[in-house]
Amino acid sequence: MTVEQAVFLFTSALILFSGFMMVTRRNLVHAALYLIVALFGVAVIFVLLEAGFLAVVQVLVYIGAIAILMIFAVMLTRGDISKEQEPVNADFGWALMLAALFCFGLIILIGQWPAVNSQAPALSAETDTVFELGSALVSPDAYVIPFEVASVLLLAALIGALVVARPHKKSK
Amino acid sequence: MSFINDPITFLAEWITQFLGGFLPEAWVTFIVTLLGVIITASFGLVFVIFLIWLERKIAARFQDRLGPNRAGPFGLLQTFADIVKLITKEDVIPEKADKLTFNIAPILSVVAVLLIWAVVPFAPGWIGTDLNVGVLYIAAVGSFGILSILMAGWSSNNKYALLGAFRAVAQLISYEVPMLVTLMVPVLLARSMGMMTMVESQDLWFIFLAPISAIIFLVSSIAEVGRTPFDLIEAESEIVAGYHTEYTGMKFGLFFAAEFLHAFTIGVLFAIFFLGGWRGPGAEQFRLLGVVYLMLKGLLGYFVVMWVRSTLPRIRIDHMLAFNWKFLTPLSLALLVMTAILDKVFGDTALRFPVLLAGNGSVLLVTWLALRWTSRRHTKERRVFKKRPVAKPA
Amino acid sequence: MIPLSWYLFLAAGLFSLGLYGVLARKNAIAILMGVELMLNAVNINIVAFWRYLTPGNVGGQAFAVMVFAVAAAEVAVGLALVISVYRRRKTVAADEINLMKW
Repeated sequence: MTVEQAVFLFTSALILFSGFMMVTRRNLVHAALYLIVALFGVAVIFVLLEAGFLAVVQVLVYIGAIAILMIFAVMLTRGDISKEQEPVNADFGWALMLAALFCFGLIILIGQWPAVNSQAPALSAETDTVFELGSALVSPDAYVIPFEVASVLLLAALIGALVVARPHKKSK
Repeated sequence: MSFINDPITFLAEWITQFLGGFLPEAWVTFIVTLLGVIITASFGLVFVIFLIWLERKIAARFQDRLGPNRAGPFGLLQTFADIVKLITKEDVIPEKADKLTFNIAPILSVVAVLLIWAVVPFAPGWIGTDLNVGVLYIAAVGSFGILSILMAGWSSNNKYALLGAFRAVAQLISYEVPMLVTLMVPVLLARSMGMMTMVESQDLWFIFLAPISAIIFLVSSIAEVGRTPFDLIEAESEIVAGYHTEYTGMKFGLFFAAEFLHAFTIGVLFAIFFLGGWRGPGAEQFRLLGVVYLMLKGLLGYFVVMWVRSTLPRIRIDHMLAFNWKFLTPLSLALLVMTAILDKVFGDTALRFPVLLAGNGSVLLVTWLALRWTSRRHTKERRVFKKRPVAKPA
Repeated sequence: MIPLSWYLFLAAGLFSLGLYGVLARKNAIAILMGVELMLNAVNINIVAFWRYLTPGNVGGQAFAVMVFAVAAAEVAVGLALVISVYRRRKTVAADEINLMKW
């Protein structure tokens, strides 16, 4: 077993364990903290895949913004959580069955696919993936339109979130 | 490569050769890297001991006092005495605290700062890892600091700690916006996010090309550390001690050390982004000189942070947020757009310096006019009281 | 070296965990967390396919960036909705928010 394989196995065990803890914890702040561990593990996976830029962005966006927003929201809507005895709804058996079926189905499908055992081709030393990604995101014959649409989407989400979360005058 | 020119590379090569005699290559790389990590991290933490003494001395001078002067010459051993005191104190964990989170939080706060030192270029060729996304990495590990504060505040199960954590998150997330936007200005000027390239491309220090960005970076960094005037996070007159209210002994010490190291790290980052990092006469030849230059420039930035701390009082929480969102963020965005356009047009010509300086000046002028206009509108709305008779001496 | 299948198995497991979280959890915020897990599983797959099958084409990375942007937008709006609902109905349990249920 190479070092990379050991790192991969350890990280994926950590990701799956904290993912499992996240969906089963009763205390939502604990769930959010386990979510952060899982997200950090995914960043490590990105490093293993030689996508350093995405790994850093993963930490910046997911841990620095999304997870902290989650914890914040959990704390703002407390009150109810202490009352919530049962963290899962009545249909959780069906959900478990569906998720397990889905997982096994995916694994069987992946196993049947011929390209599955392919090894990673070596990246040539001259190509700077960050540079290529940056130019692809703003060049008109590549991804400039999705990029700009994403920025519009973010702006719309920003305004929408403000409008939705702002306290109504009537409810005062 | 002789010892005097480049001691670290010399030692690293010597160790590699020595270990290479009886160990496989992968292990040698691992051990040498581990040694590098341990040396860098312990250097940071040991330096804090000196920084605490320095800060207490300088803050004392600002307040017309002597500062620590009993333990050792010039009070140099005072910090060691404090460490011994912190270690021997009882380690209290509150009954209702969330134990695991409570214990991880202080460690995470130190780790978050130490991680930054992995990409600090000390001298030509002396850098932990020259990531090609170094600047983004610095921003990303900063989020662990926020996380540690939130964890500490929540797990203490104390209302003041939670209030402090809420304030901290509001402040740190807000001030990350202008900090990141201004960091893009040196990235544009250096045409790279790598820290080494950043320093190498500063034939002319970036503070001359982007003076306002430098100031905004310093201000938002001070807010990121949570020092006066932005110390609402641990405002002792309002919320006891904020997020670390419940911490005692060395766990409090870790938060304390992290804060001091972070403040100095801000100075070093300021030096790297705007003051040319290790550049200086002879630094290419004798690399140890580069480290000295970087530390001196970093201490200069640190001194400015201390100076601000001793001069300004704490600002109000709504002023803190308004200052960020209504002043720093728009200004830094305008500067980014201005720099991007001017540097694209004049970047490779001799006009780069005067044009960029003029651009900065015009942004400053527009800001000043806008502020004047809004403040005049404010004065119009101000109530004018009727003149009341005053007793006058006969 | 790591074969592609390992990444795909990891992503499948993570996606299923997220799916379970979305379907079974009561709290609306926990459901959003499950969605995050699913998006991350998708991202692992996208980047793994980019690295193993088309390393010369940065499209995979570009779309991973898009997923980040969409996830950020989704969380912002989702949490705003949760907080708004909490303010009016004093609950964040998804099965109690049933005024529009037919």
